[in-house]
Amino acid sequence: MLRTAGVVLWKDLKIELRTRDAVSAALVFAILVLVVFNFALGGNTPELRRLGSGFFWVAFAFSGTLALNRSSQLEKESGAGRALALAPIDPAGVYLGKFLANAAVLVATQIAVLPAFVIFFDVPLEVGRLGWLAASFVLGAIGFAGPGTLFSAVAANTRMRELMLPLLFIPVSVPALIAAVETTSFALGDPGSASFWFKLLIVYDVVIVTASLLVFEYALEE
Amino acid sequence: MESRPRAPMVLEAALFMWMAVSLVLIFFYAPVEAQMGIVQKIFYFHVPLAWNAFVGFLIVFIASFRYLATRDPKWDARALAAAEVGVLFTTLVLITGPIWAKPVWGIWWTWDSRLTLTFVMWLIYLGYLMLRHYVESPDRRAVLAAVVGIVGFVDVPLVYFAIRWWRTQHPQPVLMGGQDSGLDPKMATTLWVCSATFLLLFTVMFRRRVAIERMRQELDAFREEAEIARVEGARS
Repeated sequence: MLRTAGVVLWKDLKIELRTRDAVSAALVFAILVLVVFNFALGGNTPELRRLGSGFFWVAFAFSGTLALNRSSQLEKESGAGRALALAPIDPAGVYLGKFLANAAVLVATQIAVLPAFVIFFDVPLEVGRLGWLAASFVLGAIGFAGPGTLFSAVAANTRMRELMLPLLFIPVSVPALIAAVETTSFALGDPGSASFWFKLLIVYDVVIVTASLLVFEYALEE
Repeated sequence: MESRPRAPMVLEAALFMWMAVSLVLIFFYAPVEAQMGIVQKIFYFHVPLAWNAFVGFLIVFIASFRYLATRDPKWDARALAAAEVGVLFTTLVLITGPIWAKPVWGIWWTWDSRLTLTFVMWLIYLGYLMLRHYVESPDRRAVLAAVVGIVGFVDVPLVYFAIRWWRTQHPQPVLMGGQDSGLDPKMATTLWVCSATFLLLFTVMFRRRVAIERMRQELDAFREEAEIARVEGARS
């Protein structure tokens, strides 16, 4: 299973490294969302700074959907999805590989968006809390990639594929979204403790990834 | 073709009776609430609908599991029926809630924990029903729907905890809640009777919907057979 996961992970990462489609598309889209927020809210800097982590995750939720759609679309076009379903390999390994690749792409997108976010929203980055920020980003990306990988395989079988993915996966990732916003706020210098939210995010990640891993073979079969 | 069972007629007659009894209890037996006044009566619809919607989503979960294990279309029909009635009941919860909230809280909607949970659950199962709509092949549809039915339900407790710590304004559960949350015994009786009535309503609608879906499945199977026979006839 781990070997399958490694091969699938490497395949997806290689495609992304060569084309840079998903990350660049998601990055441009996320910046657009941040700019629209700026206009919609009148560019009042202290206000923007207070709500910054919320905007970041909204932009990320939508641009992440774009990136996930892109990866499933590639598989559909090239027939790789069918090949993976027919190959005599463990479907759980396929899920794990695709999930890790998607999570990596999402983290890369977050890192790419971060400078724009810091500049537009005047976000105070503290060196002492960068570790917390990284934890919040990675755990949040896992919380999105977990159900996102499963549901993009489900949505790949439908008409209206682009619409079906966010429709299925955004409501399910509500806990990750809430916890990610809270942990990012904390990492950006919000007073108070975020230990509850970190714990919730970890529990959510473990539960949703395990559940997706167990049912993925049904979503894959043709 | 199986003959139609008699049981639904008995259930429907019982439902009709219980509905009448519930209405009498709500408007003549249960006292008018001291502070909220007559508006509070909507509580006897709102709460039972919410409980029974949850029963519906539990059935979706169980039926989805059974479908993946047995591949018997019977379980797919049950999951579909439970999801549809569950979404209908949740929609009614989301409509009756604001009607009550406007006079009592002064606002139609607030992002309180229970409201948000209900709303997110509604979105999850709306996605479930839309997914079914957009998959052509009946077998694929049943399998994919089962996947969403399982993961969606596993997600519900997580959503609950996340939102609960996020904020709470909804009245605390009046039953099995804290010490201050007592309910007048007459109100409690009415609530229980109404819950039973709505469970009965759920059962009647569920059974009807399953029967319709089973007939549709049977019809599809006949059509497929006819199509195969036609193609083979043309070939020979």
